[in-house]
Amino acid sequence: MIVLEKRPAPSRGWALATPVLAVLATMVVGGLLFAALGKDPVLAIRTIFWDPLFGDFASYTRPQLLIKAGPLILIAIGLSFGFRAGIWNIGAEGQYVLGALTGAAVGLAFYPSESRLIFPLMVLAGALGGMAWALIPALLKVRFGTNEILVSLMLVYVATNLLAYAALGPLQNPEGMGFPGSRNLAQWPAAANLDLLPGTGVHWGVVAAGLAVIAAYILLSRHVFGFAVRLAGQSPRAAAFAGVSPSGLVYACMAISGALAGLAGVFEVTGPAGQISIDFNVSYGFTAIIVAFLGRLHPVGILLAGLLMALTYIGGEMAQTQLGLPAAAVQLFQGMLLFFLLAMDLLTTYRLRLGHQRVTATRPVATQPHPAGGTR
Amino acid sequence: MSEVLLAIRGLTKAYPGVVANSEVSFDIRPASVHALLGENGAGKSTLVKTIYGLVRPDAGAMVLAGQAYAPPEPRAARAAGVAMVFQHFSLFDALNVAENIALGMENPPALGVLAQRITEVSREYGLPLDPRRTVGDLSAGERQRVEIIRCLLQSPRLLIMDEPTSVLTPQEVEILFRTLRQLRDEGLAILYISHKLEEIRALCEEATILRGGRVVATCDPRSTSARQMAEMMVGGTLKTPTRAASVGGEVVLEVQGLTAAPTRLHGQALRDVTFSVSRGEVLGIGGVAGNGQDELLLALSGEMRVAPGMVRLRSDPIGSLRPSERRARGLLCAPEERNGHAAASDMTLTENALLTGRVREGLARRGFVDWSAARGFAERIIASFDVRTPGPQATARSLSGGNLQKFVIGREILQRPDVLVVNQPTWGVDASAAASIRQALLDLASKGAAVVVVSQDLDELMEISDRFAALNEGRLSPARPAHGLTVEEIGLLLGGAHGMEVAHHAH
Amino acid sequence: MDLSGISPILLLASLMVASTPILLAALGELVVERAGILNLGVEGMMITGAITGFATAVATGSPVLGFLGAAAGGAALSVLFAVLVLWLKSNQVATGLALTLFGLGLASLVGQSYNGIRAPEMADITIPVLSELPVLGPILFQHDWVVYLGLALVAAVWWFLRTQAGLTLRAVGENHEAAHALGYKVLRLRFFAILFGGACAGLGGAYLSLVRVPQWTEGVTAGAGWIALAIVVFASWRPLRLLLGAWLFGGISVLQLNLQAANVPVPVEVLSMAPYVITILVLVLISSGRGRAALAAPGSLGQPFHASR
Repeated sequence: MIVLEKRPAPSRGWALATPVLAVLATMVVGGLLFAALGKDPVLAIRTIFWDPLFGDFASYTRPQLLIKAGPLILIAIGLSFGFRAGIWNIGAEGQYVLGALTGAAVGLAFYPSESRLIFPLMVLAGALGGMAWALIPALLKVRFGTNEILVSLMLVYVATNLLAYAALGPLQNPEGMGFPGSRNLAQWPAAANLDLLPGTGVHWGVVAAGLAVIAAYILLSRHVFGFAVRLAGQSPRAAAFAGVSPSGLVYACMAISGALAGLAGVFEVTGPAGQISIDFNVSYGFTAIIVAFLGRLHPVGILLAGLLMALTYIGGEMAQTQLGLPAAAVQLFQGMLLFFLLAMDLLTTYRLRLGHQRVTATRPVATQPHPAGGTR
Repeated sequence: MSEVLLAIRGLTKAYPGVVANSEVSFDIRPASVHALLGENGAGKSTLVKTIYGLVRPDAGAMVLAGQAYAPPEPRAARAAGVAMVFQHFSLFDALNVAENIALGMENPPALGVLAQRITEVSREYGLPLDPRRTVGDLSAGERQRVEIIRCLLQSPRLLIMDEPTSVLTPQEVEILFRTLRQLRDEGLAILYISHKLEEIRALCEEATILRGGRVVATCDPRSTSARQMAEMMVGGTLKTPTRAASVGGEVVLEVQGLTAAPTRLHGQALRDVTFSVSRGEVLGIGGVAGNGQDELLLALSGEMRVAPGMVRLRSDPIGSLRPSERRARGLLCAPEERNGHAAASDMTLTENALLTGRVREGLARRGFVDWSAARGFAERIIASFDVRTPGPQATARSLSGGNLQKFVIGREILQRPDVLVVNQPTWGVDASAAASIRQALLDLASKGAAVVVVSQDLDELMEISDRFAALNEGRLSPARPAHGLTVEEIGLLLGGAHGMEVAHHAH
Repeated sequence: MDLSGISPILLLASLMVASTPILLAALGELVVERAGILNLGVEGMMITGAITGFATAVATGSPVLGFLGAAAGGAALSVLFAVLVLWLKSNQVATGLALTLFGLGLASLVGQSYNGIRAPEMADITIPVLSELPVLGPILFQHDWVVYLGLALVAAVWWFLRTQAGLTLRAVGENHEAAHALGYKVLRLRFFAILFGGACAGLGGAYLSLVRVPQWTEGVTAGAGWIALAIVVFASWRPLRLLLGAWLFGGISVLQLNLQAANVPVPVEVLSMAPYVITILVLVLISSGRGRAALAAPGSLGQPFHASR
């Protein structure tokens, strides 16, 4: 019989090892899944994890990797603050859409001006749009005690409906011959978010993601705000005792995650996506949740996890075209990864022992009361 | 002596790093009250859990009324006639009395029938209880009656009582003892766990004393002095805290008409609480848990904000200030719950030092934490207060209760407070740590700070307070000089026996 | 715009149908939450049930077997959640989310070969005599059996929570430490509650793919699982209020579809976001004020349980 025993402190070694183990376990089980679908498992795994980096089309897929990883990292960094503090913003997808909508709307209002201020203005509007959308659940939670998980999620559905409305209505391209979708922003120099170095995939969104990683690292390790976030997540009452305002923290965490998701949205709509369209959003907001957990809510971890997740996207597309692997298989793959990670988390906080404990000492080593067993 | 009901032979139970029970043997006789004595961590808890089937021993055996007895689970223990009154873990706030009792029975009758029987039993043993009331709304004493009646309905042969009086007023203790003596006279064996020695002397015929998981002595408490028993428990001599005579200084903290709604469900509202503390003075606030202590602490620490004038520090209104602003002005607090309130369990001692020390110790500059200064502060606390730990990188959770409490109290004392408010400073702490904590509080007062000690332990309050006030149902009695107060007077200040009036309505 | 085409009787009758999937899923979640577990994976279990139910029904030609398959599918997915949360002590919020993401991927993978296929028809059961009643007859007594099953399950759960076993379940959800101290098997009980929740969510999902739509489309649940979670809060964890909540949301979605069909001069998108917006508004109403919903929540909801020594 296996006995669980809580560690006196979470193990650092296991905290680093479990994401790697989870990836490996996912590869194994994913390979079995692909085999069940009648595909060569080794080939499928290689196509997903190896070819995008070093395959024949690597010169095309490597920039793609950054383009996909940028928004994932940006959103996940934002989510990580709230998740650490026990504030669950599940609606990043909606904030991402709103960021794109407000950014595009502000830009298009000036069309066809060529002012150099337009792009910065759009970025600002996008961040504010995403932030405002995230502050709705924050406000309702603080004022009325409404569950932020449900509200932020409901707002995703509202946002996608707004997106459809905008693509077919107010933001529709007047010269688009009735097709749904806005003007192409990527082809309008004043608004376009193109590669800063052509062919590398590094656009402003990727730069922003990098900056977000650095800023988050400093905030969490050195700043009082980061300490307050960690404290609130581990022990809300101790945080209140220390003087952290619970409602202030809700606002701050939701605002950060909303703003970063909004930024991701506006960088996407002005660059890789190019326009507001009905199918603009591709679940970055949800995948970022996996990225945040896979990265252990740590900025560097999120950076790596974002790149890995982007790899599965690109590799998944390649496996789709080359091997006929269904697109949904990759989605399943990503879900599986999160499961394995959560399961293995056990190893970080608990120690496993086989069988009944032995009497290890004949004299008491320390006579401390047991966690829940001390007679009071 | 006569026959034996439960014979315990060589029980041993080890947890990683700790041997909780080692070769424990003793006998419990029918129609007697047997005391089990020991400090926190002496192994009392593990032992009774073994008897009740919650813990399986590594070695040893038990014989109950001539039959081998090794209950694999509490159900089996109950079936064999062993019942247990828990102090903290076995009631459901949202359910009513009858439902709670049904949950602890093997084959409970329909709730209507059960309610009838509860009323009968409660009348028979003088333990008034209304079966329809929600348990969360009951006082501590009434909650205990629920547990006792739940046990009695099973007609047990052995009743285990785990620290039953820690939540009772002196008057309620008298009622409980009357009931227990009645039960004993009816033939029931009672295993009575406590560290309150005078109570044991008044109630029990036999005592087994545990220390470090072993039986170190047995005695007849009726003919042994409390001091002798205490020294057997601790394994050494005890020293009483000493203090310099206090001088009446200027008033620093003033609480005026403090009224506040409860902060949680089944909490207690504060009603017009008024008191003041002067420099160099220790004010003791006694009361049974759940009478507004937590709320009072929150209102003083700033976690709950109230009207500005309700709390004044050196006559400045501070009732609406946040915790960190109050700290900056010199009002410091140490809440009751060490793990998860006064300290974050999974964080290191360095981080926990930063938790309250940031403002007064200057551990952060322009929002950025100075980690080396925080570590230095943690090391100073560890050194000054003899906290046993590998170092400041250890998590709070890895410390024993006494050591963590020394850290928490030390953290506040080292910040040179003008006013220090502590709640239950020695709750669940071993005797030597408790003594050093009390001494530290007295030393702080003698250096000119005002100290407010909120505690359920009346002996502790009588030992260290200059003045004493009682908190009962959210109201605070006027403070009286502690010297010369009798137990009866204190008992009445604490509200006498809670819930007795309910009984008259119920019948 | 033509509102005369909207018949109140038909509206109410279709309300009963529209509310059934949410009702089933929410009822399962209610039992799970009463046992002290927060399973945010309802959406994932619903859509898994939707596809396993659909696949079973297509393969066997029997809708009844389809629903059985759906219950099995939802329950199977919930086992994953149960193992992670109960025995591997993982965070309930994160695990629930993972379950939803996983379920969505699984369903869309399995569903690939079912696109465009129609589900076998399911007949309505008209209850003799009662269905002849004016007004009430068509509203209440001319539906398929799953609608009646949903109502029966509400009654069954309501009754169950009053029995000794139900009392134990509530006790475990209220205070797992106390329940453990009394010798109740906290984890085992919760396991069965989670299983029941999964099966119910599966049934709810299958009702969407087999009756409401009735064909397989990706993302067929469209947030119904999340609305079910919201309804549990709305109902303050009480079965009869849950029925009310499900009817309310069923009514809103039916009404907005009818308004769309009647060409009211409101953008379609605004109408289709209405159920979500109203869910938020209801959550706000329920959460605020004196009878705050959070106060009725089971005491141990969402907290991990590790049996102490």
